[in-house]
Amino acid sequence: MLGKLTWEAVPWNQPIPLIAAALVLAATLGALAFVTATGRWTYLWREWITSVDHKRIGVMYVLLGLAMLLRGFIDAVMMRSQQALAVGHSAGYLPPEHYDQIFSAHGTIMILFGAMPLVVGLMNFVVPLQLGVRDVAFPTFNSTGFWLTAAGALLVNVSLVVGEFARTGWLPYPPLSETAYSPGVGVDYYLWAVQIAGLGSLINGINLTTTILKVRAPGMGYLRMPMFCWTALASSLLIIAAFPVLTATLAMLGLDRYAGFHFFTNEAGGNQMMFVNLVWAWGHPEVYILVLPAFGIFSEIFSTFSGKPLFGYRSMVAATLFICVVSFMVWLHHFFTMGGGGDVNAAFGIATSIIAVGTGVKVYNWIFTMYGGEVRFETPMLWALGFVFTFVIGGMTGVLLAVPPADFLLHNSLFLVAHFHNVIVGGVVFGVFAGIEYWFPKAFGFRLHERLGKAAFWLAFTGFWVTFTPLYALGLMGMTRRLQHVDVPEWRPWLYVSAAGVVILAAGALVQAVQLVVSIRRREALRDVTGDPWNGRSLEWSTPSPPPAFNFAVLPQVQGLDAHWRAKQAHLAQPADKPRYEPIATPRNTATGVVVGVFATLMGFAVIWHIWWLLAAGFVGAYATFVVFAWRDRDEDEIPAREVARIDRARLAGLRARETRA
Amino acid sequence: MSAAAHVRATGHGQGGPASKRIVVGYGFWLFLLSDIVMFSAFFAAWAVLARSTAGGPSGRDLFEPSRVAAETALLLASSFTCGLSALATRARSLVWTELALLATGLLGAAFLVLEAQEFAGLVARGAGPQRSAFLSAFFALVGCHGLHVAAGLLWLGTMMAQIPVKGFRATLERRMLCFNLFWHTLDIIWVGLFTVVYLLGAGA
Repeated sequence: MLGKLTWEAVPWNQPIPLIAAALVLAATLGALAFVTATGRWTYLWREWITSVDHKRIGVMYVLLGLAMLLRGFIDAVMMRSQQALAVGHSAGYLPPEHYDQIFSAHGTIMILFGAMPLVVGLMNFVVPLQLGVRDVAFPTFNSTGFWLTAAGALLVNVSLVVGEFARTGWLPYPPLSETAYSPGVGVDYYLWAVQIAGLGSLINGINLTTTILKVRAPGMGYLRMPMFCWTALASSLLIIAAFPVLTATLAMLGLDRYAGFHFFTNEAGGNQMMFVNLVWAWGHPEVYILVLPAFGIFSEIFSTFSGKPLFGYRSMVAATLFICVVSFMVWLHHFFTMGGGGDVNAAFGIATSIIAVGTGVKVYNWIFTMYGGEVRFETPMLWALGFVFTFVIGGMTGVLLAVPPADFLLHNSLFLVAHFHNVIVGGVVFGVFAGIEYWFPKAFGFRLHERLGKAAFWLAFTGFWVTFTPLYALGLMGMTRRLQHVDVPEWRPWLYVSAAGVVILAAGALVQAVQLVVSIRRREALRDVTGDPWNGRSLEWSTPSPPPAFNFAVLPQVQGLDAHWRAKQAHLAQPADKPRYEPIATPRNTATGVVVGVFATLMGFAVIWHIWWLLAAGFVGAYATFVVFAWRDRDEDEIPAREVARIDRARLAGLRARETRA
Repeated sequence: MSAAAHVRATGHGQGGPASKRIVVGYGFWLFLLSDIVMFSAFFAAWAVLARSTAGGPSGRDLFEPSRVAAETALLLASSFTCGLSALATRARSLVWTELALLATGLLGAAFLVLEAQEFAGLVARGAGPQRSAFLSAFFALVGCHGLHVAAGLLWLGTMMAQIPVKGFRATLERRMLCFNLFWHTLDIIWVGLFTVVYLLGAGA
């Protein structure tokens, strides 16, 4: 009846996962109780859960990403503290089978359920506003993509208490991940959580590419798009080209595990290195899927806070597309030690060094954007400056690893771990925090507290370097990654320093939480009435904060780059004659996305535990949802012209007040 | 469509957002491209594993050219009838649209029956996907295409039920357009599969 699922699946004898699960459960129940007590279910259902508004979906993506970032950070705290404690005779507090799950979950969660939703959420929120349009190309599809991502995240967290997670690292290399060596459900949790969330990512890639290429305001030619839209386009194209490879690869591993196929097994002609090649053919572009939008965020911030147009806009576009293409030609540098031979390794080593040229172009462009500008050191700008410093060093250690002979010595060491955290934390995480700080007023109508934001930045920046500099040193001394126990007592001081760095990072996370709470409580004082709190340049700043459901009462006519800046210069933000308001059709809210998400969760859970009837039921339910959706007669609501006019007149009044003050 | 409307619809930035028909068609093209990328990974696995027979039977021992020829004929014919359904939709003929879709579905179903027979026969001869990496790659690649055809049949059935009830409204017309694109793409993939797996594989 319940397949492989029994009471033994719950780790009753392990206190750590039980306590963690109890805390998560308590927090969830507390949140549910709060919503019930304050009578907000209808509001939540109508305005958020069933919403197809790209802004709402973007915010939900970011919230999901932040929650998972916290979960992944707790994993990191456990890893660093275990390594600091388990030196020499001490065994530490985490047994090997638990420690292995933690580092696997940390990587999986941080990349796929933390960074991805954060980046995707910001793209979802910002891109249509910057393009000057009312929504994305496929609003319902967009909601479905979000709920599939959430379903995947839910499955990963269920594995904490029902069963186990993979012990195979964030990329489950066979033969370790084959049934012979991983008979439990850990790898299956990984497979189905990532497959379901991967489908969500693909949906998002298709949706945003179509939006950027086909749905733009009049006059918004390609070379008038803000830089963030270009990077979002490159990232979405990479999603379309790379995620199907991941889907296929994990499907092959699934066939091996569930049906006795021999894609990657040791026997019957299976080829283990094929998995490694295929998975990195996705995995390397994935890095750029995450970091390119971050580059876009920094481009917006450098230009806004320097009061200047972005230096070398066209070269920035070219560098973005160059990175987009070349990111598919470097995957083999993840396994130079495969034995491909000197020629193969040289080709991929050179390609890897060349891709750094594209990034170099960008770094110089950002620096020249600041040159001669009136630089304002507000919180988003601090993150951007911290990024340039951190990312350049991370890039240089990367070029070092791109040299195959050096890689033979350094691969699989903590030097590698330090390198990729250097670029992913310094690039993606700093970028996302910069973006949240920058666009928060647009989303919620009030700014985040400035001094607390700056304090959080300095703690994160310092904490990052204190945590990861020792790892470079340890890697050079020969310490390999993923050690549950450290045999060399001389490494202890470095491990202590690194653990101290994590404490600073934790303080940074705490200050960020405090910043959010304080900002919400003081929201009246921090209110943004102008819609343009940073003196911005692109079209999202021409809307009120928060923007109305339809974004723009009248679609803007774009005359050139930095459309909003241009309008402000020419005092054109005020329309010369009275705008003619027309009724606006907006897509109707629908529960399709969330219902599909529920069925996807059920199907994933069923297939993990071999509960075949539930799998069939889930499939029938998902298909029925599809039919109901296909059958509906009304898919749009109309906002009457009178209502549009009322909302837009309030915006114009705000602008007038601002111009009088100026 | 007038010339001005056409310029507007190209979506190159001068005329504002493209029409819904273009947006939907474009998005579906992107999905099809992603699907082709997924197939390419299975093709790559086939290329790597095609000779890893682990001492078991090879393509020369197993493939039946006559069956594969029949499968190809059925699928190509279904593509033709699928094209006819698009013409019938444009002519607003409910009867002919339904007949053309029915023919497409029956041809697709016949294709699936032949494929299922082939799979069952292989398994009965001890040449199932568990036998060797070569057979794993074969079953996965051909089976993935078969699954797509099956999903297409489900979609087709849903639309055949919907058109008489709802009539030729805009959303349905766009779905018909997408279905046509989907079905022809499956044909293109089959041509690649036929060549790379069956023709080259039977010679190996």
